[in-house]
Amino acid sequence: MRYRAGSVVRLAAPLKVLVQRFAFLLLVASAFALMMLGKGDALIVERFRAGVVDLVAPAMEVLSRPAATVAAVVDETEELIALRTENARLREEIGDLREWQNAARRIGAENASLRDLLSFVPSEPARFISARVIGDTGGAFVRSMILNAGRRHGVEKGQAVVTGDGFAGRIFEAGFHSARVLLVTDINSRIPVLVESSRARAILAGDNSDRPRLAFLAANAEVAVGDRIVTSGHGGMFPMGLPVGTVAQVRDGVVRVAPLVDLDRLEFVRVVDYGRVLPPDAAGPDAAAGAAPRR
Amino acid sequence: MEGGLLQRLDAAARNLVPLSLALIAVIVGAMPMYMPGYGAIAPNLALIAVVYWAIYRPDLFPAVIAFAVGLVQDAVMGTPLGMNALVLLCAHAVIVSQRRFFQGKSFAVVWWAFSMVAIGAAIFGWALVAAIFAALPSPAPALFGTLLTVALHPFFTWIFARTHHAVLGEPPNVSR
Repeated sequence: MRYRAGSVVRLAAPLKVLVQRFAFLLLVASAFALMMLGKGDALIVERFRAGVVDLVAPAMEVLSRPAATVAAVVDETEELIALRTENARLREEIGDLREWQNAARRIGAENASLRDLLSFVPSEPARFISARVIGDTGGAFVRSMILNAGRRHGVEKGQAVVTGDGFAGRIFEAGFHSARVLLVTDINSRIPVLVESSRARAILAGDNSDRPRLAFLAANAEVAVGDRIVTSGHGGMFPMGLPVGTVAQVRDGVVRVAPLVDLDRLEFVRVVDYGRVLPPDAAGPDAAAGAAPRR
Repeated sequence: MEGGLLQRLDAAARNLVPLSLALIAVIVGAMPMYMPGYGAIAPNLALIAVVYWAIYRPDLFPAVIAFAVGLVQDAVMGTPLGMNALVLLCAHAVIVSQRRFFQGKSFAVVWWAFSMVAIGAAIFGWALVAAIFAALPSPAPALFGTLLTVALHPFFTWIFARTHHAVLGEPPNVSR
């Protein structure tokens, strides 16, 4: 190597090794320090993450488009092949849905008249912020996604993320123009839910598998495969009644839930902002300024 | 340090290529693929980049860069901050300490060594996550993710080698 020429360098070589070792140990120590800091939910860690995601979001947005196009082409081809059977299935479904529509109209009218009777004060209507999924992240250890909407568009930590099918997860970190969704399947996801038919309360706890389980379900609660699971609204994080999943398996007292949303193919989602009052420090100035809904 | 300002700027930009490629690998690794189950077994492309540059240009890719790439990976992936930083730092240290072993070795040897490092990184990462979350995540995604990473290693190494050759003007080391 070219360093061998100078005698000073020859003397300095062991010193260089020593410095390198020290630097390595210092980096290892800082990695552990960061992990401890992150475990304590330090605000600075969250800001850093959101800042980095904000920085790379434009690149992710560009990169995610070709992948989305390819996926769309594949989907369309599959659909073309299945057109006939799909058509028959849809006709059947329309029949079912007509019945439901009639029922909903009847119940809606009944509900309206009962509200009149009670002088019921309706809760504020929810506001939706539409966003595109630009990052499917996590690898083996976490289940999260990155959206191309952030505080600028009114997205705040804790809001629910839904699709037409139901509840997908909640906002975990909100950057300026990007946000991270913690999916219901993530090992750190805990969502207060109800079994729709029996009104039994539980916590839907993710464990990184495709099917989160129902924790803290009362021992005498009646749960059967196929029961719908909806958000309970407890804790004030989400509105009540957002459909989350259906019970897929009841075995040895462990109830597993299949999410209604196809989490593998999310492309567009809606972030539900139902007007939760935030503490003044949580809602920054930009959150108040850019509250216009995104369509 | 002779040469005009432009020359020096040019050299600096070229020397930043290893870091840039590693960061691009992080972002590409987080691309949504809309494939069932892909998200869980997404390959660890940053590990491929760190191992490549640790073997062939550790002077342009010191430990602190591996650490920084890991931090960005943690921030983008949503893993506990510091976890991938530590994993990549250790992978880098292992490769650099065995660098002489790789001199003049065929690609098959490099691939074998990479698969060993990838398995070690997956086990280490899994253990760190288990310790931090105080829970046992299923090891299956980590296993399949590692298999996919090892399978994609030749392709990405080829891309890195071509870029390495084109930008830093050295013969690709891995074509043998």
